[in-house]
Amino acid sequence: MELLAFGNTGWGDELFLATLMTIAVSITAMIIGFCFALIFTPLKLSKNKFLNFIGNSYTTIIRGVPELLVIYLLFFGGSGAVMYVASIFGYNKYIEINAFITGSFAIGIISGAYSTEVFRGAIQSIDKGQFEASKVLGLKKPVHFFKVIMPQMLRLAVPNLSNVWQITLKDTSLISVTGLVEIMRQSYIAAGSTRDPLFFYSFAAVLYLLLTFLSMKLINKLEIKYRRGY
Amino acid sequence: MDLELMASSFPKLLNATLVTLKLLSLSLIFGLILGLFFAILRLNKNIILNRFSYFYSYIFRGTPLLVQIFIIYFGLGQIEFLRSSFLWIILKEPYWCAIIAFSLNTGAYTSEILRSAFETINKGFIEAGDSLGISKKIIFYKIQIPIAIRQSLPAYGNEIILMLKGTSLASTVTLMDLTGVAKYIISTTFKPIEVFIVAGGIYLFMTFIIHNFIRYLEKKYSY
Repeated sequence: MELLAFGNTGWGDELFLATLMTIAVSITAMIIGFCFALIFTPLKLSKNKFLNFIGNSYTTIIRGVPELLVIYLLFFGGSGAVMYVASIFGYNKYIEINAFITGSFAIGIISGAYSTEVFRGAIQSIDKGQFEASKVLGLKKPVHFFKVIMPQMLRLAVPNLSNVWQITLKDTSLISVTGLVEIMRQSYIAAGSTRDPLFFYSFAAVLYLLLTFLSMKLINKLEIKYRRGY
Repeated sequence: MDLELMASSFPKLLNATLVTLKLLSLSLIFGLILGLFFAILRLNKNIILNRFSYFYSYIFRGTPLLVQIFIIYFGLGQIEFLRSSFLWIILKEPYWCAIIAFSLNTGAYTSEILRSAFETINKGFIEAGDSLGISKKIIFYKIQIPIAIRQSLPAYGNEIILMLKGTSLASTVTLMDLTGVAKYIISTTFKPIEVFIVAGGIYLFMTFIIHNFIRYLEKKYSY
């Protein structure tokens, strides 16, 4: 227990901050993932073969390649790519991207592929009559999407999105390889300097369990809200 | 695009794929045994066995695989009596530590898949067996298990693909699997995109094969 004391004598405050970091990365990654899903879901549902191909390639590649490989790609290639883009605009100095941004972006791309699949499934299981009805009523496209499709889609997607959240939360442990100090990295540092890996990694496991448990409780409440009849 | 590097790294990566496949197949075999065992415990009416199995799957599904590998590889060596026991021969090898972690992890997911398959078996099949006077044991082995396996094929196919991706974590405990070698080549040549295309291509190819194999099995055993 002394090992977990707050302040200079223990690792309590460091681990607490690391937990906040894990939560921050997960939420950022989830939001980035939603942005990706908003772009790629329409592509996947599009009737245009080329657009369809792009949408399918994204989900197939990201879901078929290990998360760690994607993270290495962005970690080693991210600043190079940004520098390349910057050099087109005439900026030639060295740019280093912050580990938080690389990490959330990497996890966001992965989480986005799962979210895309969830949204696609949800939209496809909406009754066809709803699409036809809004066409017959002559609703404009944005009204049709935001007032008719979106509310029904969210209702169907929430249970599956909770799975995506759990996957994203657990995937954040992988960005510890890039040096971002979240739960796993902090436990690694603590285990190295106290030579007590069993305790610190077990404690990390407890922290993750706590996070998954608490988010499950929260999401269940949300689900009840969305499951109400309409 | 450095095509030469892609060509020269391909054989190295292909060699490392063997390590990945070995890790995958061994952990799937052990995981399936564990999964079946815990699924049966979970269906047991004894509350202690039932809870035990529930907690096993809850803990392994609620924590990242990376934590599990680190606990087994770095953590278990700290326990004095494990170091002096015969188990240490296995536990000092990163290879076996990775396999233990993967098996326990996939075992937890498999037990959930099989449990839900057992629970969704039409009661009529079991009652039909009962009324024909077939013993409980034979009903279990000849009716329940085959149906449960068929039911769980799609979900288990996903689990195999997830596990294939999971084996990439072996590279964090010094094993040179496909991802480990890819990372090594990236960090020595600083050409992440080329290596990613080759290594990712190999992973996608394996995913494709697994996906189609499960599809084939599903069709073959559909009823």
